Amino acid sequence: MTTMEPKIQLIDVHKRFGKKVVLDGLSLTVGKGESVVVIGGSGTGKSVMLKSVLGLLTPEKGSIKVDGEEVIGLGLSDRERVMKKFGMLFQGGALFDSLKVWENVAFGLIQGHKMDRNKARDIAFEKLAQVGLGAEVGELWPSELSGGMQKRVGLARAIAASPEIIFFDEPTTGLDPIMADVINNLIVKCVKELGASALSITHDMASARKIADRIAMIYKGKIIWDGSVAEIDKAENPYVDQFIHGRAEGPIKMEVKV
Amino acid sequence: MLDFVTTIGRVIISFLVATGRLALFTLNALFHLATPPFYPRLIAKQMIDIGYYSLPVVGLTTIFSGMVLALQSYTGFARFAAEGAVSTVVVLSMTRELGPVLAGLMVAGRIGAAMAAEIGTMRVTEQIDALVTLSTNPMKYLVVPRILAGLTMLPILVLVGDIIGVFGGYIISIYKLGFNPATYLTKTYDYLEFMDVFSGLVKASVFGFIISLMGCYNGYNSKGGAQGVGAATTNAVVSASILILIFNYIITELFFAR
Repeated sequence: MTTMEPKIQLIDVHKRFGKKVVLDGLSLTVGKGESVVVIGGSGTGKSVMLKSVLGLLTPEKGSIKVDGEEVIGLGLSDRERVMKKFGMLFQGGALFDSLKVWENVAFGLIQGHKMDRNKARDIAFEKLAQVGLGAEVGELWPSELSGGMQKRVGLARAIAASPEIIFFDEPTTGLDPIMADVINNLIVKCVKELGASALSITHDMASARKIADRIAMIYKGKIIWDGSVAEIDKAENPYVDQFIHGRAEGPIKMEVKV
Repeated sequence: MLDFVTTIGRVIISFLVATGRLALFTLNALFHLATPPFYPRLIAKQMIDIGYYSLPVVGLTTIFSGMVLALQSYTGFARFAAEGAVSTVVVLSMTRELGPVLAGLMVAGRIGAAMAAEIGTMRVTEQIDALVTLSTNPMKYLVVPRILAGLTMLPILVLVGDIIGVFGGYIISIYKLGFNPATYLTKTYDYLEFMDVFSGLVKASVFGFIISLMGCYNGYNSKGGAQGVGAATTNAVVSASILILIFNYIITELFFAR
């Protein structure tokens, strides 16, 4: 558990789809300025957890607080106000393919923060430079970019409005090891520069070790272990041990049948 | 026996659930239609897409329909020595029925499918979630501009289609069937009443709403990757076409039943 002032608090969150229980009393706290990485296999509820905080899904039970404010069941305008604190890097980039790269990066500034288009454009190019992309990339369409470049543009879009909280959904999935490390470095740099709180979900241990201050492991919709990066190798938890070493044998059984 | 009842029950329940979902989506869309912020650039873009770029399709459909109508009604009426009624039949059929229904069905195929595919792809690639994280309401950003454009552009398209259709009938009547141009035009004009054109334009507006609504609804709720988007596209076109034919009857009944 963190000792810092909490930025995001999830308390006993439950979410099910039909008969399938996905979050089963999940509790997690992210401190101010802290970077927490949640590790866990596929189908353990990582994405559902992020989407619940963002209000894209509504949990049946429990409480989610951002800066002490309950965000479950917020009205439209309050939700939009709270969302201004967030930036998110999606797994597949989720760039708008009807807009140019710079318009993607400037989107939140123009639509969400009502900034003047020219000013937003300048900031967009600044953010693109911050993630190592030249001005010429800004004029391209998302479909003209490689996977690694799309991730970088996604990162530039996530940090464009200088959010207080950034979510990273599987930031290195689908990238080669070198590009994955480049993205990891950029994430660390951007989060530190902004002084933001970060919550990431991943199953890539190299990435988790690099970007986390604290790691939590999710299994069957619950956090089963929580500790600093240094502690994870000494954790006497058979689930954590199996996961970080990637062993097929152990207490975690892969559900082959749904 | 019990299995049979269960199946009927399941079908009825899923039909009611689908109807309820569509009704809620429609109410939600109407609420956002009436409340700011509005996106004039997006509305204009959709208007051009639906209004301007559908002109060739609607023009071709109506001109040939007008031509066929003149030919068929001539051969029919010649049996009763009532060839003089051709101009009246052409103009009334075009403005009351064929103009709005043909334009509606053609636009449903062209625009409804495109809307479902575009919004559906945005759904499965998390672009709609990305909109929410950038403090932008997807209903206002994606759905409202399309519905507004459908509602306003279809009547204009149909008005143009009416004129082109009547012109098609005129060409055949004058150059093939040997009518006197002046008499033909006078008869066309004399028997045409305001209500004939107006009812057609009301139909067009309703059809435009249906096309955009079904395109957006099916795209917005698509799931499961490429196959899901494909199914959404098919559903959008089929449901819009059937609803157009149903509402065509209802509106005709409202305007002309005595």
